[in-house]
Formats: sequence, C-alpha cells, structure tokens
Amino acid sequence: MNLIDVHDLRVSFGDKEVVHGVDFSVAPGEKLALVGESGSGKTVTALSLLGLVPNAKVSGSAMFAGAGGEQARDLLALPERELLAIRGRDIAMIFQEPMTALNPLYTVGDQVAEVLQLKEGLTAREAWGAAVEALRATGIPDPERRASAFPHQLSGGQRQRAMIAMALSGRPRLLLADEPTTALDVTLRTQILDLLGEIQQHNGMAMLLITHDLNLVRKFADRVAVMENGYLVEQGTVEAIFSNPQHAYTRKLIDSRPERDVVEEPAATEPPVMQASGLQVSYPVNLPGFAGWFKKGEFVAVKEAGFSIAPGRTLGVVGESGSGKSTLALAALGLIPHRGELDVVGSRWGPDAAGNRAIRRVVQVVFQDPFSSLSPRMTVEEIVGEGLLVHEPELPLQARRERVVQALRDVGLHEGQFPGLLQRYPHEFSGGQRQRLSIARALIVGPKLLVLDEPTSALDVTIQKQVLKLLQRLQREKNLSYLLITHDVDVIRAMAHDVMVMKDGDILEAGPVAQVLDAPREDYTRTLVAAAS
Amino acid sequence: MSGSIPASSSIEPVAAAHVSPGRRAWRRFRRNKLGFRSLVVFSVLVVLSLFSEVLSNDRPLLVHFNGEFYFPMVRDYPEKVFGGDFETATDYLDPYIREKLTRNGNWSIFAPNPYGPNTLNYFATQPNPAPPSADNLLGTDERGRDLLAQLLYGFRLNVLFGMALTVIGIVMGVLAGAIQGFFGGRTDLAFQRLIEIWSSMPELYLLIIFSAVFAPSVSLLIVLLSLFGWMGLSDYVRAEFFRNRQMDYVRAARALGVGNGRIMWRHILPNSMTPVVTFLPFRMSAAILALTSLDFLGLGVPPGTPSLGELLSQGKNNIDAWWISISTFAVLVITLLLLTFMGDALRDALDPRKVDQ
Repeated sequence: MNLIDVHDLRVSFGDKEVVHGVDFSVAPGEKLALVGESGSGKTVTALSLLGLVPNAKVSGSAMFAGAGGEQARDLLALPERELLAIRGRDIAMIFQEPMTALNPLYTVGDQVAEVLQLKEGLTAREAWGAAVEALRATGIPDPERRASAFPHQLSGGQRQRAMIAMALSGRPRLLLADEPTTALDVTLRTQILDLLGEIQQHNGMAMLLITHDLNLVRKFADRVAVMENGYLVEQGTVEAIFSNPQHAYTRKLIDSRPERDVVEEPAATEPPVMQASGLQVSYPVNLPGFAGWFKKGEFVAVKEAGFSIAPGRTLGVVGESGSGKSTLALAALGLIPHRGELDVVGSRWGPDAAGNRAIRRVVQVVFQDPFSSLSPRMTVEEIVGEGLLVHEPELPLQARRERVVQALRDVGLHEGQFPGLLQRYPHEFSGGQRQRLSIARALIVGPKLLVLDEPTSALDVTIQKQVLKLLQRLQREKNLSYLLITHDVDVIRAMAHDVMVMKDGDILEAGPVAQVLDAPREDYTRTLVAAAS
Repeated sequence: MSGSIPASSSIEPVAAAHVSPGRRAWRRFRRNKLGFRSLVVFSVLVVLSLFSEVLSNDRPLLVHFNGEFYFPMVRDYPEKVFGGDFETATDYLDPYIREKLTRNGNWSIFAPNPYGPNTLNYFATQPNPAPPSADNLLGTDERGRDLLAQLLYGFRLNVLFGMALTVIGIVMGVLAGAIQGFFGGRTDLAFQRLIEIWSSMPELYLLIIFSAVFAPSVSLLIVLLSLFGWMGLSDYVRAEFFRNRQMDYVRAARALGVGNGRIMWRHILPNSMTPVVTFLPFRMSAAILALTSLDFLGLGVPPGTPSLGELLSQGKNNIDAWWISISTFAVLVITLLLLTFMGDALRDALDPRKVDQ
C-alpha cells in the first residue's frame, strides 16, 4: 500500500497548463527523486500536492494514506482547513534557499518551537526544549546557544540544518525536499544528504526529492521520475534508469556530464598570457565598535597567489563560496586594486583608465548569471558592438555591423535562427543563448585571455554541456587562454589543463589537472573531488 | 554541432517580438483604458491651451476694413485706422468700433471667446462679478475679467509651469542621484549630508523673503521651486544606480574599457529610469498644486497674470459668486485627476512583477 498515489495531476495558470497529467506514487520509507531541468514543472508538481501554488488550477487526485489505518484522503480535494493540519505534521517541506525560507526576524529556536507548539500542542517552555533537541539531532554544534541565533548569524549549512529540524519536528511521514542542497557548497551537500538519509531511515519517513542533480539522485534515491516540459517521461528504480534509460530525454540528461575535448599539449614556447606572483587582494571592512568610526579594517580575500597561464591553455580555479576565487577573477580583470605582480602579456594594470585600455583588449570576461550580465535595455547589436566602439571607434557602422555578425556566428547565433537578431533584446533569449551573447561580446575585441567566472553554473545541465563545448571549440580555433573560475569539479575535469584549489584566500594545491584531481595531496581537495563524483 | 541552439530550451523566442522594454511598457500602458484615455484628454487640453490666443482674445484675428486686411492679433493699430478719434490702441469691444467694423462691407473674425485674460469689459451690462451669461459664458471675476479666458490662460500657465518644474527637477535629481549612486563612498556621503542640510531649509519662508526682495515673476518662481524640488527624486535614482552599478553587465562594460560617463549614460541610466517615469505625472500634479497654493497665498505669479490659485482666492473672497470657485475647482480637479490616472497606469505598466499576456 502506497503512502501517496498521485494520479493524472494537472496544474495550470490561467489558460496555460504547465503540468500535463502526472502519475507517480511513493511507498512508505521510500526515496523518490523527481528530476528535470528548470521549467519542467517538478517544483510545481510537488507544491501543488500541499495546495501551495497560488492562482493555479489543480486537477487529478493525490490519495494520501491515513495514519494508523485511517482511510486515504485526496489531498487535492481537501478543504484548506484540513490541508493545514496535514502540512508540517504529515507532510513537511524543505526548500532550496534556507536564508529566504527562514524568517529573519525570529531566532531559529523560536521558529522550530512554533511548529512544535502548533503541531504537537506543547507549551512554550516544552517546545523550546524540544526545539533544542531537534536542532541537536540535525548535528548543529552547541544547539543551546544556536537556538537563540537569528538566521543570518548561522552559516549556510547550519541554516539548512535548522530548516530540516523545523520540517522534521512534526514527525512527518512524507518529506518534500525541493533542491535541498543546491544552494550549499559541495562539501556541505554530502553532509546534508547523509543527515537526511540517516533521519529518513531512523524515522521510516518517505521522501520526495526534487532536484536537477543526477549525482545526488544516484547516491541518494531509490526510484527516479524524470520530468520534461510538464510531462513525466520515465520512471523506475535508480539502477534501471541509470543503466538502461528508455526515453531520449533521460538519455540526454544522463549523458550531460561535460566531456573533455581540449588540445592537451599546446606549443609551450610562447610566453605566458598572464603571470602572477605574490598577488594579494584585500577589501576594506568596517571595524566593530568605536574604532570603526576612524579607520577601516582589512579583509584579505586572496593571499599570495602565484600562477601563470600559457596561450591556448586553461587554468581552472576551484573552491567554495568565500574562497576568494571570484575576487581573483576581478583582480585579473583589473577591476579591483591588488598588490604583488600581475603581468598581462608584458604590461600591468595601472591606476588610469586610458593606460589600461590596451590590456582590456587582451583580457575579457564572461560572468555567471546570464540574466544580469546583459543590459535589458540594449539590443544585441549594441551589446556585442560595445567593445568595438571603445577599441576601434574609427570603424564605420557597416564594418562594425559585419564584425558583430561574425562574432555572433562564432558563438553559434545567426540570422537564420533569429530573424532580426541584431535588433533583438536580451529578454528574447534563453539562458544558454544569453551566455553565448556574453561570449560574443567578449570575443569581438579579439582577446587572448577569457576570464570565465562560473560560466555555466546558472545553466541547466544539457545547456551547460553545449556552452562548454562551444568554449572548447573557441579555444582550439582561436588559441584562447581561459582563467576558469568554478565550484564544479566536473567542469574543471572537462576544461582545465592546470588547476588551483582555493580555500579562504589561500591556494591549497596547484598543478596539472590529472595530478590534482586524481592524486590530491590535500584532504580538502579529496573532499571536493569525492563530493562531485 | 557545438554551434547549435538547444532544442528543448523552455524559453523559445517568439517570432517577430523584438520590442524594447520601453515599447513593451508603452503597450501595457495603452492596454490600461482609463490611463490611456486620460493621456489623450490631457494632451488635447494642453494642445488647445497652447492656442489660447486663437481661442480667447479681445482682438479680432482678422479685420477687413475699407478694402484692406489688418491683423490685430499680432499688431497694434491706433483707433484712428478704423475711423476712431484717438491715437491710442483700439479697444475692439467698444460698440462704436464694432459698428465701424461691420458697416460698408467691412468684416472681422473674432476669437470664439472675445476676451483676453486681462480684458476689462468697460461696456459690460452687469456689475462685477457677473454670473454666467451669453456675454461671458462662465461669468466674470471681481474685476470684470472673463472667467473662461482666465481659466484657459491660467490652465496653460499652470501646466507649462508644472512641466518646466518637472523637467528641471528630473534633470537635477537624476544628475545628483546618478553621481551619488555611481561613485558612492565619500562622494555619496558628502552629497547626502548636503541634501540633508538643504532639505531642512524652510522653503516657504525663503519664498516669502525672496518674493519681497525680488520683483515676483514666473521665472523666479521656477528657479526657487527647482532649488528644492530635485531632492526626493535623487534618492530614488541614487538607489537605482547603487543597485545597477554592481550588475554584471556594468562589470562587463568596465572590463571592455568603457569609460565612466558612457557606463552611466548608456548602461545604468536606461535601467534606472523606472522611478523617474513612474513619478512623472505625480511630480507634475505636485508642481501644479504648488503653484496654485502659492498663488492662493499671494506669493506666486505677479498680479495680473492669469492663475488658478488667484481665482481660487477670489472665489474665497466672493463666496456668493459661486461660478468663480466652482469652475476653477472643476478645472483643477480634472487636471489633477487626469494626471493621477496617468500615473497609476504608468506605474502598472512599469511594474516588473506584472507579466505580459
């Protein structure tokens, strides 16, 4: 007998149906993973089970087994009052971003205790004690003290643990976990998953895990259901799906791990494009208390970094958030002041903009977020042609337009697919296409080095693979060097020739990719690599 | 292969849809019937008022006298030209002159409302203020000037004044906000303190003092009100620039070597205009109201200038001359209501949370 039986679930907003008849079921104590890319309807499917999608029409049925032999009830037909009793008590939910899912005005202890008061009928004092115990069970160190902390005072991992404590405090029989580890650093992901697995086994709770991360599914789930564009295209046990995927889309997803396709040994005779030694970057920070009125403290984001990038090679920088890798990228671009030596084909970043102009032509950048990296009020032609206006202002309009078209063609965008391509605005393109536009904007001035700051982290896995392929092709064709900043070991494995592992501003380990990833010297590197496989 | 575009991307571009965000907002604005109609009505009223001289004038537009054409609207003619007795400028409302202009095949074309804003009808049949009649459609004020003409010219002055004040305020506010938001740090700190000091100056007090020191005039009023009118907007623009300057597209432009001025002008400013445009109608109605209140208090435009505020104060003094207060009140209410409807529609059109259907 299943814990929940979902049959012909349809969700629509206005006239637009986004989930088209989905059937699945979860047995007690089972871990089902709902997999799909953004826009596939996986989150909406899960949220609609609890009636949490505002302004949506939901049809179909979701029979949820009653506790202790009670009759099963259809969640979709229940009135709001009864759903309220089920939420948190029978079915709980954890979200992707614990910072926004926790109320910033209450301490985490209060928030966990509130659930206990509401769902278990405890008094305030009992609830606080139980909340501390719940926090302890999720492995938060020193829970007595942490319970009185506000969400912003906890680290990302601790916040997610607090969320889990909150979700589990009602002893739910089904836990809906919506991308529970996506916002966390890779080393934390494993810890949170282990925790969830432990609790799940201990409580005999069933889980519906919503994710796009196949590594996670393979490690964690019992069964998988794959969604594409609102349809459930395939489901089965993890072994069956991964060893023998039936649907083309499932195959594509499983096949989306980036492939290595780079020139392994380029001619090393030329001088390096970028060379750094003793590179140090620091930010001013406010000092606490009275002292902060008169002077600023200093936060060193990158300490004594040294590296060199040869033409046609990729230096991968891998690390977690706060490791200083993005700061390193900004320093390489000359966008923040630095100390130490940083040579770009023989010259250095200076204080005045005019002197830096020649170097700017050599070093270009592609940022992570395809939505904020293109100005929404400029056309494709203006965005891509900007670099020419700065570096070749004497170029006539027609010649500039030809160069823009050529740059777009280089990144795989042309008039054939998009009539009126040059006059379009960024909002008309998908994430992957926008990232191509960013690359075209960088390429048009003919740089030798591209700084890639998490170029594919915001993209779906299948798109990520395409963009990486494009970058690999461009490197081969134009002998480009890349400074690739990422947290994703898979991307490093596919792209980099050399790797630096950064943690808290220090370079822990550096060397050729095979050596660092396959035979790491440091424990930290080992954890990173293990978390990614 | 690597050049191909993802087939399964969920955001497929629509075929012929390359419209700028500005155009999309305009389309959304047009869909709001109330707001769009308000814009149409308001524009018609403003354009009509721009031609006030043709609509309401105490001089004929064209005179045919003894076989010759005269253009009194643009030139002064002594009375003698039309067979009068004096060398002074002609009073075309004089029944004697009127008679001359209609006899012997002479003819003249008068404006639909034959009074200017300051015309005193010396030949009126009723004591002032006179109630609405066939002669004066909306009656006259306490000095015998035609109310319709006064309202028409007063509306024009008020609207143009409001526009000028709005434009100057926007330019100054955007400039100040842009500098603070873009450069941040010490520049921002200094500017913010300056604004705090400046905004704590007693505006009305200064106006009273200045109107005593200088000869009151419309341009003086614009200068004085502009000095204080930019601060509210600059805060919004500053916040927008703060937000936008750390967007990746600005970083990318920096990395390309684009200069500060160009980044502000081409990259940040177009993306920071939402609060400016949203507040435009509201700022304008505030400016109109400001002039009206000052005129009402007698601190505004010099005496003799047609103004809604002065009419309101006349209405207050002559409470039984209901036509003065009611018609002035109606003009003000309609103007401000139209601007508010437009403002509401603009705000909805620019709301990023609203999606296009």
